[in-house]
Amino acid sequence: MDQSVFLPQGDFGQIFERLREAGYRVVGPAEQEGALTYDVLESADDIPVGLVDRQAPGHYRLEQQNHRRRFDWVGTAQGLKPWLFVAEQPLWVAREVEGGLRFEEVRETPVPTAVIGVRACDLAALALQDRHFLDGDYPDPHYRARRESLLLVAVNCHRSADTCFCVSTGDGPEVTFGADLVLDELDQGYLVKAGSERGAELLARLPGRPVRGWHKRRAKALRKQARTQQRALPSRDLRGPLYAARDDMRHWQPVAERCLTCGNCAAVCPTCFCHRVDEESPLDGSLSRAVRRWDTCFNDEHSYLVGHVVRKSAEHKYRQWLTHKLAIWHDQYDRSGCTGCGRCITWCPVGIDIVEEAERLCREVGES
Amino acid sequence: MNDPWTPYSARVVERVVETPDVVTLSLRFTDPEVQQQYRFACGQFNMLYLFGLGEVPISIMDYQDGCLQHTIRAVGRVSRKLVALEPGAMIGLRGPYGNSWPLEAARGRDLVFITAGLGCAPVIAAIRRAIAERDAYRRLIIMQGVKHSEDLLWQAQYDRWREVPDCEVLLAASEEAKVPFAWSLGMVTTLIDKARFDPLNSTVMMCGPEPMMRASIRALENNGVAMDNCYFSLERNMQCALGLCGHCQMGSPFICKNGPIFRVSDVRDWFLLEGY
Repeated sequence: MDQSVFLPQGDFGQIFERLREAGYRVVGPAEQEGALTYDVLESADDIPVGLVDRQAPGHYRLEQQNHRRRFDWVGTAQGLKPWLFVAEQPLWVAREVEGGLRFEEVRETPVPTAVIGVRACDLAALALQDRHFLDGDYPDPHYRARRESLLLVAVNCHRSADTCFCVSTGDGPEVTFGADLVLDELDQGYLVKAGSERGAELLARLPGRPVRGWHKRRAKALRKQARTQQRALPSRDLRGPLYAARDDMRHWQPVAERCLTCGNCAAVCPTCFCHRVDEESPLDGSLSRAVRRWDTCFNDEHSYLVGHVVRKSAEHKYRQWLTHKLAIWHDQYDRSGCTGCGRCITWCPVGIDIVEEAERLCREVGES
Repeated sequence: MNDPWTPYSARVVERVVETPDVVTLSLRFTDPEVQQQYRFACGQFNMLYLFGLGEVPISIMDYQDGCLQHTIRAVGRVSRKLVALEPGAMIGLRGPYGNSWPLEAARGRDLVFITAGLGCAPVIAAIRRAIAERDAYRRLIIMQGVKHSEDLLWQAQYDRWREVPDCEVLLAASEEAKVPFAWSLGMVTTLIDKARFDPLNSTVMMCGPEPMMRASIRALENNGVAMDNCYFSLERNMQCALGLCGHCQMGSPFICKNGPIFRVSDVRDWFLLEGY
């Protein structure tokens, strides 16, 4: 399905219009509290122009630049996770009725949603969340409904943030699967490629022009530029060193001394799937509602068992997070749970760097 | 059919007080069709729901007279209310979840049951099944440890099992100055040394507090039993039972969907490590 067109810069709004005509609400990058995040957009003009993000451990700043590109930033604060595995999901309602309890499922019909600006690491993370929520014996109906109503317009990254390491996880910076349309943004306009039949239908309705050789050459050069990343995980499968480091708590003390166990890393991680189920009743007690909310392995309650908490110390909690993400995932889902987006590094209040920690652990077990 | 998250309405049919804080509830679904379709295997568990409080995983003790039986100890927020329920009380129920004891694979071998405290409940149905098919197995060894001899649930049942041909019942109390006749003083592990079974041709099934199971693993190994032939039922925080919520991960395995019963050799490393 190698269909592509060139869409001049001034015609970008046409993508927006075609999506709206096809019945989608459009979600894209929006500035919120000094960071970019995905939000519902009213028109193509809502997408900020000329913004780039500067990311470093515990650091995120937006910078206005003197160009008209819309997707020169690298990472939104959150990926696609909040749009599918929503932070708060009502599950069912119980009512006391004559002769028993009545349980009512919560069934929603999600608004068909098109997300513009999605990156390769986001798509890789989405595939992992699909695997978790849909491929087991009990597919999650809430995730599924949202997933089925989703259309994805992805963008190839042309630069990397200092926190990016997707090349080393094999997940970026180029989009290779999972998107309906893929864009390469040039100063003059967009190289638009279809990645699915739905994408091809949309593409056919765009006022695209033929793709020229120089469009392709320029896009290729920009993609190559993004591959030049400073950081890399030591290897894609870290089970060897991490399982070796697992058994000796001395390896976990240096990071535990800094870790606040706040769980920000898990909240922004696009693959973290843990959630708890809360029970809530209105004051009149007429009904009771089960609601699921994001949870993280940094909370004491996460590992609560009658009489004790399995993971109480920061050592145990950080070890759980890191060994799960980079090692245990291989046992559970046949690949690492990290797609190299770097969000956990950027949004850690004390700037703990997963790449640095993985390198340190590999070094320590290699030396011992 | 409800979606996988949503419980079905059920009713408490009978309540038997076993000890001051342990109660057996017999439950039946309100909808006869749901009741009729319900099937379970020994070792699986259900999610029991109390209005306004939430759900807890409880192992299925047995199924008798058209009722699911759950033996529950008052230990947490929900279980304290569950044990107080009277016949007629309405609850929510969904299940069964998880895998079951390897009774089929153990045919022709000695069956060794090691339980402590309320850990016997998830094993009771398996013992009853083994006794119902007595000829399918060689020796039956049933070991149960408690703190005080009067804590023992179902004394009469253990007495009946003593009468089963080639079935050895061993009981131990750990916190008593003097134990009753035919009891041993000490932890359930002291029984492992006393029991007569063929270490090379036995299947062991264990359930109880984790320190007890860790000690039992050591005692079994000292007696020449390979961990490939030992199984135990594990517990972690289970909120969904569907393999989704992530709380019950013990390293690689999800207790709810890969367990709750595991071959010891498959998960030994994770089980022995503190903090997983």
